[in-house]
Amino acid sequence: MRPLRGLVRPRPRSGARVTSAVLALCLASSALLALAPSAAAAEVRTEAARVPSGSGADAVELDTTLYLPPGDGPAPAVVLAHGFGGSKQSVASDAQHLAERGYVVLTYSARGFGGSSGQIGLNDPRYEVADLSTLLDLLADRDEVELDGDGDPRVGVAGGSYGGALALLGAAYDERIDAIAPQITWNSLTAALFPSQTGTVDAGTVAATPQDAGAGVYKRLWAGLFFGVGSVPTGGLLDALGGATGGSEDGDEENADSGGGPASADGLILPDLSSLDPAAVEQTLICGRFRADICAAYQTAATTGTLTPEIAAVLDRSSPAGVLDRIEAPTLLIQGTQDSLFGLGQADANARGIAADGTPVKVVWFPGGHDSSASDQVTADLREQVAGWFDFHLRQEGADPGTGFEYPAPTGLGGVGQIQGDSQTVVAGAYPGLDGGDAAARRNIALSGPAQPVVTPAGGTPGALTTVPGLGALTSALGGATLEIPGQFAAFESQPLDAAVEVVGAPTVELAVAAPGGSATLFAKLYDVAPGGGTTLPAGLVAPLALTGISADPARPTTVRATLPGIVHRFEAGHTMRLVVSSTDQAFALPADSAVYSVALAGPAEVAVPQVEGRTGADTGSSRWWVLLGVLVGLGLLGWAVALLWGRHRRRQVSAVEPDGEDVPLRFEGVTKAYKDGFVAVRDLSFEVRRGQVLGLLGPNGAGKTTSLRMLMGLIRPTEGRISIFGHAAGPGAPVLSRLGSFVEGTGLQPHLSGRDNLQLYWAATGRPAADAHMEEAIEVAGLGTALDRPVRRYSQGMRQRVAIAQAMLGLPDLLVLDEPTNGLDPPQIHAMREVLRSYAATGRTVIVSSHLLSEIEQTCSHVVVMAKGQKIAQGTVEEIVGTGGTVLVGLSDDADTDRAIAVLEGLPGVSAGRTDEGLIADLDGYSRAAALQALVGAGIDVDHFTPRRRLEDAFLALVGES
Amino acid sequence: MSTEPGAEVATMAPHVQSTGAVAGYRPGRTLRLSVELRRQFKRRRTIGVLALMVALPLILIGALQLGGAEEAEENSRVNLVDVATASGLNLTLFVLFATTGFFLVVVFALFFGDTVASEASWGSLRYALATPVPRARLLRQKWLAALVLSVGSLVTVVVVSVIAGGIAFGFGDVVTPVGIALDQGTAVVRLAGMVGYLAVHLLVVGSLAFWLSTVTDAPLAAVGGAVFTTVVFAVLEQVEQLGAVRDWFPTAFNYAWTDLLQTPVDSADLFRGVVQGLAYSAVFTALAFRHFARRDVTS
Repeated sequence: MRPLRGLVRPRPRSGARVTSAVLALCLASSALLALAPSAAAAEVRTEAARVPSGSGADAVELDTTLYLPPGDGPAPAVVLAHGFGGSKQSVASDAQHLAERGYVVLTYSARGFGGSSGQIGLNDPRYEVADLSTLLDLLADRDEVELDGDGDPRVGVAGGSYGGALALLGAAYDERIDAIAPQITWNSLTAALFPSQTGTVDAGTVAATPQDAGAGVYKRLWAGLFFGVGSVPTGGLLDALGGATGGSEDGDEENADSGGGPASADGLILPDLSSLDPAAVEQTLICGRFRADICAAYQTAATTGTLTPEIAAVLDRSSPAGVLDRIEAPTLLIQGTQDSLFGLGQADANARGIAADGTPVKVVWFPGGHDSSASDQVTADLREQVAGWFDFHLRQEGADPGTGFEYPAPTGLGGVGQIQGDSQTVVAGAYPGLDGGDAAARRNIALSGPAQPVVTPAGGTPGALTTVPGLGALTSALGGATLEIPGQFAAFESQPLDAAVEVVGAPTVELAVAAPGGSATLFAKLYDVAPGGGTTLPAGLVAPLALTGISADPARPTTVRATLPGIVHRFEAGHTMRLVVSSTDQAFALPADSAVYSVALAGPAEVAVPQVEGRTGADTGSSRWWVLLGVLVGLGLLGWAVALLWGRHRRRQVSAVEPDGEDVPLRFEGVTKAYKDGFVAVRDLSFEVRRGQVLGLLGPNGAGKTTSLRMLMGLIRPTEGRISIFGHAAGPGAPVLSRLGSFVEGTGLQPHLSGRDNLQLYWAATGRPAADAHMEEAIEVAGLGTALDRPVRRYSQGMRQRVAIAQAMLGLPDLLVLDEPTNGLDPPQIHAMREVLRSYAATGRTVIVSSHLLSEIEQTCSHVVVMAKGQKIAQGTVEEIVGTGGTVLVGLSDDADTDRAIAVLEGLPGVSAGRTDEGLIADLDGYSRAAALQALVGAGIDVDHFTPRRRLEDAFLALVGES
Repeated sequence: MSTEPGAEVATMAPHVQSTGAVAGYRPGRTLRLSVELRRQFKRRRTIGVLALMVALPLILIGALQLGGAEEAEENSRVNLVDVATASGLNLTLFVLFATTGFFLVVVFALFFGDTVASEASWGSLRYALATPVPRARLLRQKWLAALVLSVGSLVTVVVVSVIAGGIAFGFGDVVTPVGIALDQGTAVVRLAGMVGYLAVHLLVVGSLAFWLSTVTDAPLAAVGGAVFTTVVFAVLEQVEQLGAVRDWFPTAFNYAWTDLLQTPVDSADLFRGVVQGLAYSAVFTALAFRHFARRDVTS
């Protein structure tokens, strides 16, 4: 079967949740399949176009695709912006989805990406944001787009990361935008790339993260990755050198043709290398498609690792932070918990900035982000959230999404790449601390630990390893473990937690730090330590602290307030929180000089963890279990009621009785059993058995005897006719069968039980009172003595037979049916069995015995029914059939005496005799056979034999012989 | 054989009910559960399976204690085996994990698939039906008895694991592979949930075997057929190309009970597993009743 699986079992495939929801829904409402018909996807039309934007040296052509929804009439529009390194193709499926919902959707490749020309300006308001306004003009000209006013389309903007920032900046700079849904994006690129989470922030929100102005620790791995994506000369190196407008980056064929570069297709046409400006070549090779000022800023940052005013100017221009107060479009902020590039603090700052002026903001955190892609289900949920946001704010349709706060239910799992996929969502009424609301609740957890020296190594190596950007899977491949270098960190631990603590947001802590040079670079993080010693760094996040101007004296350290990374994590009961302050982290630029810092806890020596009251999805999760229980109970009650009614109906049915029932224990009326293959086992069989009779059912093998008995026991249904037992219709489960005892074809004993256990369990199964069983009498019939307590599997055939007959006699049934009862018995046993049956019938009970032996029937039965080939041949008393009372066949020693013998016999009263082919036949007509024989002997006639003439046997044998 | 049973002459009418049944016969009292269980417990098969259920945790404890501890520590992958020795409850989780795929399937298939078919093969079925035990009632009692035995086996293996594992590894908290500890009270409640879920889930296999049991007279065919079907679905489940179709397999969600190790519990898969399990079981059981009600018993 399956191999054992490690860690956690694989998540179910996508669609599982949808189907399960549907399943639950069907169960609950039991009626409508509430599946909205998926609007015919084929009806969405697309139009690709190249749109000129900008002027002068910055004029570009944007590669766009317009998705037109089915149906007439103007519809609101949505502009989808792609992420960094993507193109309009990256958002094609989202566009298709929104178009199917009735939106005009415009996707485009930002300048410098995909099939668009130009250089990357990092969402520069002069370029990328202006491009967006150009596109809005374009939408305003389309008849398909609903207008708010002249040249003002009803439009929303959505996008992730790079596109999300564009949505924010666009809403700030262009008032025509009516709603935005930015995802996993930044508030301040400075804070994202040069973070220093120290100081205080004047906000009560859960993930409020301070940013030390003017200093920061360079997030070099992420920045390098970011820059690397944009600096790859797209469309091939030659293409770029040739000054082409840029080719296709993602292999999009539509763009490949429109790229227009001289060597874009096959590279056969080489540019004239001599005509190239060496500076331009160098610029292209180093900066790729970045604008020169951005490229220069990156070069400086990457070389020095410090934040210069020039760099800050470039980054701030691209940040929504300064212009949030201009945003009036309702904003849905979606941020990931697994994001070491743009953490929860970035969304927190955006939410505060936008809500400050009363603009509606909803905040949604989801399990995913730049470090780990969200599960299919979460992705689908988010897509639905965005669509719902636009439905309400652009079309005034659907439920009001409100201005609440949603976050994934905290779990104790936490390393990067260990997202549990489809976790539950917690819903809170509002994002705590936003827009004058109550500040987030914080719980203080005491930490303890002495002041510790922390070494920062020269050159920053070896360094601690927490996260590798975008490669969460790598760290999880290492067992989710992080690497801390001994001597390079200070650790402070809490007591084991009495109860689980759920942390939603960024905890804060106060540290006392001293550094020889007055400045220090530290990384603070909060580990989850299991009782067994296993550690987890929630989401693999660290808080860099760039400290300047601090005390050099370890005896009088400077108190520093640090804000730890925003996380959603559950610290289980019994676990401890461990605050680790380390001097290195490989994801960041580190000081080159070695030093020894002193780190201790300061202030109240507590970590303040934010907590959010919310309604977990578990409420709805448990409610459906109640629904399920209710449905099951309902079905149970329904079934019970139906069974009750049916039982009543059936009791009435079986209570119908024929008036002469007690006198006729068994009656077959025209009974036929035909099988599907056409074989007719019993044909039109009719006979009656009267009380006190011992009826023999005689016939050769295959005559239909056993089939008839099985029908009467209710094992087989007759195709036609009626069988009644004591006047009640016989059939499967007919109560009247309780007056029947049977032994038909095979003993049916359980081989592993003793004979006694068999009998006792059989009787117990009938449910009748033990006293009714007459067990001792039955055991005497079996006559097994001590063998009765041995397992049946050691019995001989005869012994089994006798136990089975005894079982049939349990409870002294009024009608006893025995099929070939004497098979396997020895002659004395056969004799005894005959006695038992005869005396049984003498008590007024009725016995039916089947046999293929005439002698057997003759000696046991009073009446007989003869069957062959499924039909009744003859019926009557044994005397009638066997001829005991009638004629005799007389064999003489000398045939010459025949005439004399006839004379002697005819001389007797009432007797007639005559010569036939068989010999001398005499009809005694009631005259004693003994007296007739005596008369013959007395007359001196030598009699060889004197036997009853068996007419039946002759007929029977003749019939059998024919077959 | 010399005596004459029934010395008194029967007076017919007084001892007969209006339905034609003999006095003392009540359809609702035929083949009571206690009787059926007594019949089953007289079988070595039943005793054998239960003995195996007791032995299995003990064997695993022995194996875990014999196995080289050094090697286990070198294994960097975390899974339930690694934490199996953390406590008795942990051992129980491991035992459940190890038996879910096949062992418990066989046990359920055996108890459900053997019930009717074995009676048919002994020939005792016809006598039970002629008693008469109404056919629907016979099936119901057999089904309940099989359920009691199957779930009893499941509970046995869990209880023995908890106790024997507790003695061997201590009655400590549950430590999950990801380092979360569940205190004993919570863990026992969760464990009860797991047993409940597994019972419902394995009922699918059981009811399939039960249906087959009414179709065939050979117990081996019924048990084997159900196990074989499960194996086929387990193999098909490995075929990625089938995509979401696999979620509709009767064997889908067989490891969903591990979701109960999470905090908070994500019950979505559990719910679907339970609903789907109940639905499949209901269908198979209904098929069994339908077939048996119409069947000619010729065995």
